[in-house]
Amino acid sequence: MLYLSFLAFIPLLACFSKAFSLSPAQFWAAVWTPRTIAAYRFTFTVSILSSLASIVLGFMIAWVLVRYEFPLKRIFDALIDLPFALPTAVAGLVYSGLYVENGWLGQFLVPLGIKGAYSMFAVVLVLTFLGIPFVVRTLQPVLESMEDDKEEAAYLLGASRGQTFWRVIFPTLVPAMITGFALSLARGLGEYGSVVFVSGNMPFKTEIAPVLIVARLEQFAYAEATAIAVVLLVISFAMLVVINLLERWSKRFYA
Amino acid sequence: MHKTLSASVVQKYTAPRVAHRDPWMVQWGLTLVAVSTIVILIVVPVVNVFYQAFADGWGVYWKNLVGNKDTLHAILLTLTVAPVAVAANIVFGVAAAWTIARFHFRGRSILTALIDLPFSVSPVVAGLMLVLLFGMQGYFGPWLREHGIKIIFSTPGLILATSFVTLPFVARELIPVMEAIGSEEEVAAISLGANGWQMFWRVTVPNIKWGLLYGVILCNARAMGEFGAVYVVSGHIAGRTDTMPLRVEKLFQEYNNAGSFAVASLLTLLALVTLVVKVFLERKTRLEMAEAAKLNAPSGELS
Repeated sequence: MLYLSFLAFIPLLACFSKAFSLSPAQFWAAVWTPRTIAAYRFTFTVSILSSLASIVLGFMIAWVLVRYEFPLKRIFDALIDLPFALPTAVAGLVYSGLYVENGWLGQFLVPLGIKGAYSMFAVVLVLTFLGIPFVVRTLQPVLESMEDDKEEAAYLLGASRGQTFWRVIFPTLVPAMITGFALSLARGLGEYGSVVFVSGNMPFKTEIAPVLIVARLEQFAYAEATAIAVVLLVISFAMLVVINLLERWSKRFYA
Repeated sequence: MHKTLSASVVQKYTAPRVAHRDPWMVQWGLTLVAVSTIVILIVVPVVNVFYQAFADGWGVYWKNLVGNKDTLHAILLTLTVAPVAVAANIVFGVAAAWTIARFHFRGRSILTALIDLPFSVSPVVAGLMLVLLFGMQGYFGPWLREHGIKIIFSTPGLILATSFVTLPFVARELIPVMEAIGSEEEVAAISLGANGWQMFWRVTVPNIKWGLLYGVILCNARAMGEFGAVYVVSGHIAGRTDTMPLRVEKLFQEYNNAGSFAVASLLTLLALVTLVVKVFLERKTRLEMAEAAKLNAPSGELS
């Protein structure tokens, strides 16, 4: 208990008290400049886009892993956890190399006009890599525990496979999907290590909020850095609360 | 008569099969998309790390790792910081999981939420908090300087940052295991005259050991790979406060691609080993929890 308050609670308090040591005008000046606004917008856009991509791809992966048989399935299943275990700096390093013009994947994509390095797409890509395991691992147990009888009933009542999926299977997955979305969103909002490598960190274009915090810190502008951190904390807490409510509501609604 | 019966049985058992089988085109399509997603997003990058690291042959690879003094120091530093942080979180994790699984008290849900806090705080912000507390201009800064203790820009800061970020892992893994096992065996040990310490080492620890190991493995992987929080508190003094992930970044900034990928390949190897151990432990804990559930639920079967 002491350890927890020492490590988690006191630092949080310090953070807020430092931020509020600024006068409101100073706080506002630190937090609301064109550059910070661009950074918030970029952070939230890429996190939301990559979480959506994680949901779609993660759902397909979870479905295939639970329902179908194919060679090397167990190895693929185990590999899903790799983004959890791989240091984010390594992820960033590789992704920055893969999608440049002479990289393994970039050599095919760059001629097509797809820039997978030092662009918004690059950040979305690497955050999707980090987000997929959250979605797969929350959906898998739900898919596994799903009883066959509902689908059988739908079939016997004359529903087509598509109808069965959208009306019977999909609704039971909604709460788990929201959970997976929330987890990967939280991860994306805070991510620093990998994004630093792939984004190019161009102010106003591909700069995320945590990079801005570090930049302020390196100028020893602690109060300004903290002010931005507090904004980031408050917004991400608010989003998580909203998603939590959504999750509860969807559980009541669908279950 | 017999024939019609078996026909109806066959019909009964084949019709539902069709009910949850997708058309083969859907099956093939989905499998293809899923597998290629995994290959492109996960397999290709991993192969690429090793390819780039060994692009110039074994000799250069070895020289990049051991020949570079700062890189070698970074490896050693990571090997000191991570175990200390993991050890701290084992003690905390066991204590917290014990408290949450065994006692129902006011604020229990708040405690559970607080344990998850590091997951929702950006690592950079976590590092910033520590700088605010222990940095030169921080709240405890002047006192620390008077007593000659250095936390930020030195090893203790790295350990603190790593501990914060990896705080939830052990506790989160242990809570469900402890709840599944229940407290009967511990109560039995106490009533047979064991003291608290004996009960803990002879009953509790053997019961939770696989779950504990699982948490430790995850915790360790994160501890060795942590970047954001450590980045803020370390100050990047080469040969002094650079951990392995920070070294990767620095070599990358210096356009030393081979060196950077060499360090990255070690970290990737660590991740792969973690995965293998994890799969093994997952099987163990699942068996153990199933056994525990069987032991805890015999009342229904017996009566």
